Amino acid sequence: MNRFIEAHDLTKTYSRGAEQITALNNVSFAVDKGDIVSVVGASGSGKTTLVNVLGCLDNPSSGTLMINHKVIFGEGKLLSEPALTKIRRATFGYVFQKFFLIPTLSVKENILLPSVFQPDHTPDDESLYQLMDMLGIARRENHLPSQLSGGEMQRVAIARALIHKPEVLIADEPTGNLDSKRSNEIKDLLLRLNQENGITVIIVTHNPDIAKIGNKTLELVDGKLMG
Amino acid sequence: MNIFQVSSKNLLRRKLRTFFTVFGIMLSTWVLVTLLGFNKGYEQSLSNSIDGMGFQIVLTAKGCPYEAATLMLKGGTGLRYMPEDLVRDVASRPEVLQATAMLMHAEFDPNKGENGGTTVFLGVDPKTYPSMKPYLQFKQGAWFADDAKDEIVLGYEAAELEQREVGDLMILPGSEVEYKVVGILSRTGTQDDGMIYLPLTATQKVFKKEGELTMLGIRLKPSVDQNAFEESLYQLPDVQVVSMAQVKNTIMSLVSSAKAIVMSIAFIAFLIAMFGVLNTVLMSVFERFQEIGILKSMGALPKDIFKMILIETTLLCAIGGLFGIVIAYGFSGLSEAAIRYFLPFAPTGSLIIIDTFIVVFSFISITLIGLIGGIYPAWRASHIRPLDSIRSE
Ligand SMILES: Nc1ncnc2c1ncn2[C@@H]1O[C@H](COP(=O)(O)OP(=O)(O)OP(=O)(O)O)[C@@H](O)[C@H]1O
Ligand SMILES: [Mg+2]
Repeated sequence: MNRFIEAHDLTKTYSRGAEQITALNNVSFAVDKGDIVSVVGASGSGKTTLVNVLGCLDNPSSGTLMINHKVIFGEGKLLSEPALTKIRRATFGYVFQKFFLIPTLSVKENILLPSVFQPDHTPDDESLYQLMDMLGIARRENHLPSQLSGGEMQRVAIARALIHKPEVLIADEPTGNLDSKRSNEIKDLLLRLNQENGITVIIVTHNPDIAKIGNKTLELVDGKLMG
Repeated sequence: MNIFQVSSKNLLRRKLRTFFTVFGIMLSTWVLVTLLGFNKGYEQSLSNSIDGMGFQIVLTAKGCPYEAATLMLKGGTGLRYMPEDLVRDVASRPEVLQATAMLMHAEFDPNKGENGGTTVFLGVDPKTYPSMKPYLQFKQGAWFADDAKDEIVLGYEAAELEQREVGDLMILPGSEVEYKVVGILSRTGTQDDGMIYLPLTATQKVFKKEGELTMLGIRLKPSVDQNAFEESLYQLPDVQVVSMAQVKNTIMSLVSSAKAIVMSIAFIAFLIAMFGVLNTVLMSVFERFQEIGILKSMGALPKDIFKMILIETTLLCAIGGLFGIVIAYGFSGLSEAAIRYFLPFAPTGSLIIIDTFIVVFSFISITLIGLIGGIYPAWRASHIRPLDSIRSE
């Protein structure tokens, strides 16, 4: 009940030539710490747009976004890119449908990449191996991404998103490129991360099975929140 | 892991492209180092060969050509003489460390070449001349004795032309006496090569110039003010004073304009290196658009990305520069041979001198150039937003 993320009347419009597209239309809700929030809706309904705004990767056209009771967007506020980066660093880990691993770096180096830019968040070996263990990639630490399966790559991407111990994990269709068996593994993993480590999870998915793990569900239709 | 390791691994991603970029920088550095080395070496060896003329001051009769080349152009005419007494007087002044008197004589020889040519004789004093021209080395034989009458020493080219060996006898144009070749000099690259040397006293006698001299070569004591001494010589009637310092200044100022041209070529090599690096790095930034965006989402600040790209460029240039310096050093002999081939009148001595200063200067400047070339790509990269990569499917 601590309203860690609060959205008020978030609206996002894109202009495509003369045409105006309203990708988000007056969306308001709150996310508490420890929540698993499932974001569902048809393709083009605005799911990605929503989580990008929540994760401070994109700014809304209007409305207010508050994180931990501080205004990030809205009320006339416009943060600089470095300021946003600092908020993102402290708060979020991101996982995307594509894995975006760096091909020349080993599994371990990919996971450690965020700490290159946040040296004070360099994990000790114990927590690094614990994380790799939990994600089932410890034996792969010296492999290159090209030597991994899709499921393993996504788990490396999740480990990378978690290495700096963010409060919120934002996952935009993390299983979109995986078969059902691998998808289930990722689902179980997200549940465990939430239950054992208390990480708040916001997950965009088309898969009803995965959507079920959410204690909250945000359903979007043409940029509007249903229900 | 640190940002430096990430950058260096980035370079290994496109090995061939990295290789060609490094290769290009290497070539530019090679050109740069060689040109700088040439600038230094050429100037130095020119300066050495001027110093090697052995005389600080040459005293001649007013209007007398003091260079063999001028003399030949004039067909051996125009020689003027100074009285021996005057010369002896100057030579014995206290400021003078060493002095040697010479008598030059030119004779038209109808048998020389196709249309005949001028042979230049130089009567020298074997007691004083050799020690003032220490760079004159013998290929064969040695100097004549000072009272010898019928002995000669040939310059390298003179011997080639006449096809003479030590011990051969030859008749000189303008006299009937048979002369014996007692020495042949090694090549010096100077006008001395074409000379025929005779003992001074014999020359005066044979060419009927008793009591007359053409030139006096002077070297002063180190403590003496050369300008003041030259000034005092100007007071003498009917002599001209040729100061090698002045000759050297004139030649060196000619050389420095040539140096400016060489430096502008080096500058172009710089520019080529810079745009090569700029192009490569910019390409690799565009290629990694997504990846850089993801790094941003992982908490990389614009300045982190800026640094990463700059490290990549600097590494490229430093490695290329290092190889370029090694190659320039290793192939300097070859470059020198090439320069000599295109520049047959080059002075003797090392034409390319690559010293520590040139190495350090080239390395630093090529690395700096790389840094400058990297600024724009790094700036572009640092402005990529996380969103750009996530959205660009
Ligand atoms: N950069 C953009 N410029 C213009 N229109 C955009 C842009 N990004 C998204 N849109 C539009 O906004 C709407 C919402 O897009 P969004 O990507 O949020 O949908 P989504 O629910 O994530 O879809 P999917 O399930 O296919 O990923 C779509 O109509 C899309 O075409
Ligand atoms: Mg989407």
